[in-house]
Amino acid sequence: MATYSTSEFKSGLKVLLEGDPCAIVENEFVKPGKGQAFSRVRLRNLKTGRVWERTFKSGESIEAADVLDIDMEYLYSDGEFWHFMKTDGSFEQLPADVSAVGDTKDWLKEQEQYVVCLFNGTPISVSPPNHIELEIVETDPGLKGDTATGGSKPATLATGAVVKVPLFINQGEIIRVDTRTREYISRAKQ
Amino acid sequence: MTEWTPTADIETLRRRAMLMTAIRQFFADRQVLEVDTPVLSSVGVTDVHVHNLRTLDGGFLLTSPEYPMKRLLAAGLGDCYQLGHVFRADESGARHNREFTLLEWYRLGWDHHQLMQEVTALCDWVHRAAGGSSALASTFLSYQAAFEGAGLPDPHRVSLRELRQVAALQLSADTAKWDRDACLDALMALVVEPGLPLERLTFVTDYPVSQAALARTHTRGGVELGYRFELYWQGMELANGYWELTDPKEQRRRFEQDAQRRVSQGLAVPEVDERLLAAMQAGMPECAGVALGVDRLLMAVLGKSHIREVLPFDADRA
Repeated sequence: MATYSTSEFKSGLKVLLEGDPCAIVENEFVKPGKGQAFSRVRLRNLKTGRVWERTFKSGESIEAADVLDIDMEYLYSDGEFWHFMKTDGSFEQLPADVSAVGDTKDWLKEQEQYVVCLFNGTPISVSPPNHIELEIVETDPGLKGDTATGGSKPATLATGAVVKVPLFINQGEIIRVDTRTREYISRAKQ
Repeated sequence: MTEWTPTADIETLRRRAMLMTAIRQFFADRQVLEVDTPVLSSVGVTDVHVHNLRTLDGGFLLTSPEYPMKRLLAAGLGDCYQLGHVFRADESGARHNREFTLLEWYRLGWDHHQLMQEVTALCDWVHRAAGGSSALASTFLSYQAAFEGAGLPDPHRVSLRELRQVAALQLSADTAKWDRDACLDALMALVVEPGLPLERLTFVTDYPVSQAALARTHTRGGVELGYRFELYWQGMELANGYWELTDPKEQRRRFEQDAQRRVSQGLAVPEVDERLLAAMQAGMPECAGVALGVDRLLMAVLGKSHIREVLPFDADRA
């Protein structure tokens, strides 16, 4: 089993803590002048997203986690799992459960590419592209010519996500959304 | 792109030069002689937690000028200081750079209380030279009081079992295999230190004898304590001082104790510095000595948070 010693700690390193895969977010070197050295480490649990703090004495080590980020194409949902396909030409399909998909289910669109984080070969998280184009399935009728007042209204997208859009946007239009902020960016270019 | 520019800005480098001048002026006014002992030596440090950088021809870059300076004291030089670079392997972080500037000085016939007053005077001098208006206040706190003030148990009397539990809880660490000093060091650095006053100079005194290093010791309330002090300012450990041990037999015993600890931890065991022991045998005068991190002092004075901001070039660009 591969392990990392404190001297190898750096941000981005994937390690196993209490059985869960984590990424080191920050590693602070702490040492009293005459005393022993320690690493004060902040780690993000890759399954839950929660950030943990831990202290290690210099020379201690943590097991490496078999974690891999790969590009995958979203195919379909069977109600229980969301199915993704590898884009490396193998056409291998993997199911992601509700905890892996998390909030990304608001942005799942068929044939779109996502970054899927695999832990021991199983998807544990799915990240959407920063920008995605989706159709508006429901919103109040647009106000013609009202492009300047800056007002907004809720609109439901094909995935079920609700975002605020400008008043002049109509049902059936395709818009570009920032998945990080859930904000409308523009009408999609046709 | 190749990073060639300084890690400190030009204004900070000017302030750095002013700090060096202010320090030299402080000691000139007090008739303390500047010395410059070798940083490249044939023997290394035995401290268990301080590691030398080695040169290819078998030499050691010194981690502090303590041993050669003590030999000068034994030779009759009198009060002296050294302001120069030292090296510590495997130390890198916001407050650590493997090569840094250390100010070390010795005062004959003084104890650590007198020396703490002088450390205060130096910090105040530097603080005023940098434009500080009011005098710096200082606080004195025993190691035990510092722990208890942070809601931790009595560091001298707590059982190892309870100490490990407290450290595990406070630090989110697996402390099952940590020894007493590891628990104490971690609690000191991560719990006690962040709670010390920022604006005042805080001197922590009376360390457990296991952490006394080169200090003489005494017994109080059934506990053996080291006449050692540490200075904290602006949330940083700035200086470490002793009422110095002058007994060569006790010094040899501590060197051998260090060597045993190094063996048990699988570390290299450097030769004991026989020249230092011979000097102590010949007669080292009673004295107090202190080593102060000059880069951190500059950080404290200028309010910088990373050591690279006060260095011309940090280890990554050196």
